[in-house]
Amino acid sequence: RESGIFKLGRVATQDEIAAWDIDVRPDGQGLPEGSGSVADGEVLFADNCAVCHGDFGEGVGRWPVLAGGHDSLKDDRPEKTIGSYWPYLSTVYDYVRRAMPFGNARSMSDDDVYALTAYLLYLNDVVTDEEFVLSKENFLEVRLPNEENFFMDDRSEEPHYASKSEPCMTNCKADEVKITMRARVLDVTPEDGGDDDA
Amino acid sequence: MTETKDKGSPSLSRRSLLKAGLATGGAAVAGVAASGARAEGDPLITEIQDWNRYLGDGVDAAPYGLPSEFEADVVRRNVPWLTADAVSSINFTPLHELDGIITPNGLCFERHHGGVAQIRPQDHRLMINGLVDTPLVFTMEDLKRFPRENHVYFLECAANGGMEWRGSQLNGCQFTHGMVHNVMYTGVKLKTLLEEAGVKTNGKWVMPEGADASAMTRSIPMEKALDDCLVAWKMNGEALRPEQGYPLRLAVPGWEGNMWVKWLRRLEVGDEPWHHREETSKYTDLLANGKARRFTWVMDPKSVITSPSPQMPISHGEGPMVISGLAWSGNGRITRVDVSLDGGRNWKTARLDGPSLSKSLHRFYLDIDWDGSEMLLQSRAMDEHGFYQPTKNELRAARGENSIYHNNGIQTWYVQKNGAVENVEVG
Repeated sequence: RESGIFKLGRVATQDEIAAWDIDVRPDGQGLPEGSGSVADGEVLFADNCAVCHGDFGEGVGRWPVLAGGHDSLKDDRPEKTIGSYWPYLSTVYDYVRRAMPFGNARSMSDDDVYALTAYLLYLNDVVTDEEFVLSKENFLEVRLPNEENFFMDDRSEEPHYASKSEPCMTNCKADEVKITMRARVLDVTPEDGGDDDA
Repeated sequence: MTETKDKGSPSLSRRSLLKAGLATGGAAVAGVAASGARAEGDPLITEIQDWNRYLGDGVDAAPYGLPSEFEADVVRRNVPWLTADAVSSINFTPLHELDGIITPNGLCFERHHGGVAQIRPQDHRLMINGLVDTPLVFTMEDLKRFPRENHVYFLECAANGGMEWRGSQLNGCQFTHGMVHNVMYTGVKLKTLLEEAGVKTNGKWVMPEGADASAMTRSIPMEKALDDCLVAWKMNGEALRPEQGYPLRLAVPGWEGNMWVKWLRRLEVGDEPWHHREETSKYTDLLANGKARRFTWVMDPKSVITSPSPQMPISHGEGPMVISGLAWSGNGRITRVDVSLDGGRNWKTARLDGPSLSKSLHRFYLDIDWDGSEMLLQSRAMDEHGFYQPTKNELRAARGENSIYHNNGIQTWYVQKNGAVENVEVG
């Protein structure tokens, strides 16, 4: 053991690290050996995913939509899917392997996850060939459409933060202050929310 | 013991009181409250009451005590239509009923992505791996042998107020602002644990990972990890609640709640961020131009008046009253809170009360003499770095309406003459 002041804990074994360290990065670090096809992915998706996400990733009820929504990000109601919004394919692989199917996580093999990822690319028209096989070898060749549209937090440059000027204390508004919107009109607060029966 | 108490819901009594007040005007409410006083005196005083005659419970009745039954409506609430399922969902702290700055453990809002993991502490392990000299495994017993610290921090969900981006929607500060809690954490500095493993010179990022079924992961820059992050096992003096990550969670002071990974089982050191689901698909902030901010970690200065508020109407009529509220900033301490009674036209500086701790909730009060007229109540927080809480319209001008997260805009409550209070937007 090389490090440590307190010498607490013990050295992790390689098997232990392999069991828990399954994360994947955009540069491909962490991708396991393996491959899977769109066709295999379609079968796996129908059996394990479609009950919530729909046969074509369109989402059932309020469950997440996985495909579609292209060019909707400036819309009044944008639809943020893998194809329309997610920047990196590695996130699809990592998240499906780590946390899906909902209620039965870690149940898919590495090949299964490649196949499901390939099918999700197909549903999003990122690949159009049903014979497409995604593998560790060709993974980094696939780029998602919205990769370039993310940028680092720059909220401190917004006018209301950047000015840092002393705020107005008296006679701050020229016109009479008017109510423009009322929550009670929508009436979507749960009934037991409090004393709301006015 | 003999049960003689009224089993009626305490919320009903206040609700019916309010209804009476609303039906006949605010002034009448005071009359209702005083109606017990007759010429011969108030029977609650002139007649001997049960609790004054009969014995109460012994000290063995409640090994772990709960609040009075008359506080039964001081509970977490959820909004079923917000999410597809109660397992990956949110509930809300009843801020309107609380005072001071510490949130009781049983009322701290919950946000899970795979439900509440139930982990026997003897079975829990924390691993540190990646770009370290020695990958390590700790038991809970190991962790409790490291030097320990206590800190009070707020934890605010990035989505707190997110339903209000397009305008007033939910009627009550529990729902509009209740994805926040503030407790004292006990734990070991993340820095201490990382030093025990020995971070390599190219180790620039730390990725915490949860042991639950969502296996939550986020990327945290090393600078923050070595600054004030805490690996905690206690909240408000007792073990973490299961819904708050028992037996171990990460505290990332001032930063969005999603990063405070619960059921913490692993810390990986890397040279690049991971761009995982919770920092790409989620917790990125879409702007009107179709581009999105990533890594919006800090929770900006914010405040809300908790009383009066829609769930906490004025039931006492005209005269002296307390305006009470909370303010907080992920940048540090709150130095000032201004309150407006007229929708932001004029402001008075409120009184900060109680401890003023960095990255913690602060309590403020403004004591007024209400003349029974309508009010448009607002509060505006300022932090030690001179950042002021913006209006919602200022935020929308900069971001549009589809950011989902980081809505810290000024809240307006419309107080009517009868004391009822409503969530509104003003122009």
